[in-house]
Amino acid sequence: MKRLTPYLLVLPSWIWLAIFLVVPMAAMASVSLQTGNAIDGFAMTFSFSNYGDALSRYSTQLLRSLLYGGLATVAMMLIGYPVAYWIAFRGGRRKSMYLFLLLLPFFVSFVLRTISWNFLLADNGILFGTLKGWGLLPEGFHVLATTFAVVGGLTYNFLPFMILPIYVALERVDPRVVEAAQDLYATRGAAFRRVVLPLSLPGVFAGVLMTFVPATADPINAAILGGTSNTMIGNIIQTEYLTNLNYPTASALSFTLMAVLLVGIFVYARVLGTENVLEAAAR
Amino acid sequence: MTGLNAIELEDVVKEYLSHGEVVQAVKGVTLDIAEGEFFSLLGPSGCGKTTTMRMIAGFEEPTKGLVKLHGQDVTNVPPNKRDVNMVFQSYALFPHMSVWDNVAFGLKQKKTPQDEIKRRVGEMLEIVDLTGREKRRPREMSGGQQQRVALARALVNRPRALLLDEPLGALDLKLRQAMQIELKRIQREVGITFVYVTHDQSEALTMSDRIAVMNDGLVEQLASPREIYERPATGFVAGFIGTSNLLTGTAVGGVLKVGDSRVLVPGHDGDVTVTVRPEKIAIGTEEPAPEMSVVRGTVTEVVYLGTYNSYAVRLSDSTDGTVITVFQQNAHDATATAERGDSVWLSWQARHSYVIGS
Repeated sequence: MKRLTPYLLVLPSWIWLAIFLVVPMAAMASVSLQTGNAIDGFAMTFSFSNYGDALSRYSTQLLRSLLYGGLATVAMMLIGYPVAYWIAFRGGRRKSMYLFLLLLPFFVSFVLRTISWNFLLADNGILFGTLKGWGLLPEGFHVLATTFAVVGGLTYNFLPFMILPIYVALERVDPRVVEAAQDLYATRGAAFRRVVLPLSLPGVFAGVLMTFVPATADPINAAILGGTSNTMIGNIIQTEYLTNLNYPTASALSFTLMAVLLVGIFVYARVLGTENVLEAAAR
Repeated sequence: MTGLNAIELEDVVKEYLSHGEVVQAVKGVTLDIAEGEFFSLLGPSGCGKTTTMRMIAGFEEPTKGLVKLHGQDVTNVPPNKRDVNMVFQSYALFPHMSVWDNVAFGLKQKKTPQDEIKRRVGEMLEIVDLTGREKRRPREMSGGQQQRVALARALVNRPRALLLDEPLGALDLKLRQAMQIELKRIQREVGITFVYVTHDQSEALTMSDRIAVMNDGLVEQLASPREIYERPATGFVAGFIGTSNLLTGTAVGGVLKVGDSRVLVPGHDGDVTVTVRPEKIAIGTEEPAPEMSVVRGTVTEVVYLGTYNSYAVRLSDSTDGTVITVFQQNAHDATATAERGDSVWLSWQARHSYVIGS
């Protein structure tokens, strides 16, 4: 009994994982290999060609998704790191207020927030319409339905998920360690490069994971801000599922996306050196 | 003229703004620390000793006053351009770097040639007895080892002065005592000025050439350990360093007399405060010789402390119930001379009374 206790204690989480992760995944994996249609039903035929067909039809959208997700992640890093740094080191007694402000947009639904950007960026909306009226922008100027709008929307929507983990990592950096670097002849810049940045990398790593994956798979931003020429893989999966009722193709695409993301994460962890990252995180 | 002082502070003041109020952490400190000296800043927490050290290191800028290193005004020079290094209270080692990289950090920043870095880091690790542990991470080491890494990381740069902020605070007693001896040895070996901040009086007495006792943002006394222990300048110093007994009263013709008690204070008249150390006092049941300072009292507590017995004696001739502490060495046997409730005579030689502020 004693020897079983630890296993019994983790049992609830295993059951949780089984019900909410393993079972649906297995179901989807099985669907992805079936053939048929929504009216006559689907039957398991082990048709692995579903994957090849889906990929050849939608490779453009898949690559575009990876590109947009990647661009948004880079933009989030460039914006998020300074923000996190500022809150962690300059926030003073108002730190928690700044963090609250960061989370405030979450009180409004994701879709609504994206739609409000649609209003803001509309060709003749409050912003561009006014500027065009004043003659500050050419008549043909538009942002909506461009790559920029979609990547911008993704950046805006997932930014807090980049900032928070970086903030947590920076918060844990002992200010005396930074002082020690300065005491040892490092300029402010060198102290940042040699000490603060390496110590905050685990946060950046976590931030990238938490933003790149959902941004790449996101269908909302492309649908609302992207027009017809910026369709991402998330939109395709959604359409295949909900409109075309083509479950096998949608499932195959979902799995392909997951595989690509997992490989991407693995390569990323390798390049960055998980060992170093984990080691720094475990201190 | 004995050459330039390693460190000089001229009337240094540090003010903070705390909740809209100006707080003076350091209220005007003037110090000269000689080349090669082991100098301690001693005082209770909040006395301004750490702030004073941080101003020497360059982490704080004085509100008023000057900081000079080797005669050069460095008051507004940032820490990375000052030729002093610091050992931080919690060591502040770089957690993501190996021992070697920690120690080499300063030299790399100064763009020292590779082969010189290699040689000097190697030598320094030998001095602090960490050869063979170069690849370890700080977190994989014991407190004492981390302490030595911190020391090596600072000393390898051969600074003009080494600042140590309560460096032994996190260690247990045995290790702390070992490190005290170790620090003293290293200081002799490298011949660098050490400025040591501590609230532990025994640490300061053991290691220092001179001590500045600080209280409430001011230096109360600046002298050698012996001087500070034997001749405390103020009541605060007498109370802070070791255990001491304070007797106050009015002296007439060099004698402070209350009832049967007489405390000899040659050359003093009027209101005086006299201090006498517990180990200087003899305790007995018979009246001592007339040339001694003598007080009478009742034993209220006897504590056996291994190497000595500690007595608390309430003076019978004092109206305010002054209690005198007496230490008696267990030189012969451990039997106490007096028991609780016994009426005793306390006596000491006139030269062991010290009139505060004289």
